[in-house]
Amino acid sequence: MKKYSVFAVAREALRHHTGWNRAWRDAQPKKRYDVIIVGAGGHGLATAYYLGKNFGITNVAILEKGWLGGGNTGRNTTIIRSNYLQDPSAAIYEKSRSLYETMSQDLNYNVMFSPRGVIMLAQTEHEVRGYKRTAHANNLQGVPTEFIGPEKVKSLVPIINIDGPRYPVLGGLWQARGGTARHDAVAWGYARACSDMGMDVIQKCEVTGINKVNGKVTGVSTNRGDIECDKLGMVVAGHSGHLADMAGFRLPIESVALQALVSEPIKPCMDVVVMANTVHGYMSQSDKGEMVIGGGTDGYNNYTQRGSFHHIEETVRALVETFPMVSRLKMLRQWGGIVDVTGDRSPILSKTPVDGVFINCGWGTGGFKAIPGSGWAMAELMAKGQSPLTDAFGLNRFQEGRFIDESVAAGVAH
Amino acid sequence: MLTIHCPNCGITAEETEFHAHGEAHLKRHGPGSSDDQFEEYLFMRENPKGVHFERWRHQNGCGKWFHVARCTMTLEVFGSYSAQTYTPPQEILDVIEDRRPGWSKKELAQ
Repeated sequence: MKKYSVFAVAREALRHHTGWNRAWRDAQPKKRYDVIIVGAGGHGLATAYYLGKNFGITNVAILEKGWLGGGNTGRNTTIIRSNYLQDPSAAIYEKSRSLYETMSQDLNYNVMFSPRGVIMLAQTEHEVRGYKRTAHANNLQGVPTEFIGPEKVKSLVPIINIDGPRYPVLGGLWQARGGTARHDAVAWGYARACSDMGMDVIQKCEVTGINKVNGKVTGVSTNRGDIECDKLGMVVAGHSGHLADMAGFRLPIESVALQALVSEPIKPCMDVVVMANTVHGYMSQSDKGEMVIGGGTDGYNNYTQRGSFHHIEETVRALVETFPMVSRLKMLRQWGGIVDVTGDRSPILSKTPVDGVFINCGWGTGGFKAIPGSGWAMAELMAKGQSPLTDAFGLNRFQEGRFIDESVAAGVAH
Repeated sequence: MLTIHCPNCGITAEETEFHAHGEAHLKRHGPGSSDDQFEEYLFMRENPKGVHFERWRHQNGCGKWFHVARCTMTLEVFGSYSAQTYTPPQEILDVIEDRRPGWSKKELAQ
């Protein structure tokens, strides 16, 4: 792999950019791997990357039925924050956020992490109390956040309307080290690094069955033939239930559509991320100048990657109320992704009833921010059979009633 | 936008009038049931790609509950039926068989 640097750019500029290579190999499946990861989205690629980097396991294939990063990795609103209420969540999300800070250097790939700050608006008394509680919890967890008043919100976000008719802004939970990153670059950067370690990123390779002998996984069947493996990691977000069904177990997960939309590019007007959970809308401005907008999920099971129009309407209505200038914007694109939601709105990183099969799913509406931390923890779980970051996120928590309840802190928007 | 029929009041309206409440025909086991059974009832879901039976409520209408058979891959609605039943009625199964030949009942939640 050629290292990307300012010198490489200068060198290539002098020779008409003829010297750039493919970022990752177009690999063909081998007969056998030590580890197969199903799903080449952010979480799957990060898992493979940390398996190689932290544990030296590089005989790894990452199988993807579509194209790399074409699922929720390419469909989210790229928000990164770690201001969660419960300790296990704060641990893994904060690990993730801190890994984002050095990711561009680690991967030698510019993921454009921009720690511009995230505000979660408090627009009801209930939210004020909830966010104050979260700020206190975060202080104990060592995650720097603070509760700020409406004047501070207005000074950070001049375009906001803080005395709205329905829900005036009463304050906000401010995480200065939160922000955004370039979502595609995260997938591409990990893929390039994985490929460089000798791993095979295999696209258009759909898993059609999971092969077991005596309750232990031996490999997978795919549309490109059978592939053997010792360990299998399922990291397929919305399609986890489908894959678990192939392996012969069920999950406490339902798949629903979450939508986002993006406006025409405009001049810089907002340099933080704003989330308004009461009215169901969140917005940030991309480096291109587009306003990136996300909303709530549809209420019913859905695998179609498109959602109901009335949810878009609801989100836009909420944003027009909070940011009156949005009413003059034209929207460019709108899309949906299928998110896997658990009962307590926390992820599952766990062993499964099938020996050698590990699952990483249930990130629901907020997986992007967790990509590096999730990969780090999942790699440790797969390599060592146990990880301090994943202990609390086991499948057994649903049977034991040991929930990590983030539905108040994070049930609507991420 | 789904168009849904409420078998309780007979109105056919778009989905904003209704609210979905997840998988139908879940079995709640009685006294003496195991932790596994309780977990199944509370959390484990079929979450199928394809035919799905689910509970809906006519939230902005008559307020009553009913069941809907729907496809999660195409958003096609096969029909609605009363919630006072343990299994989908034959006419709903016939519609599904007609629209999804070869679909088998074993995909139903246990």
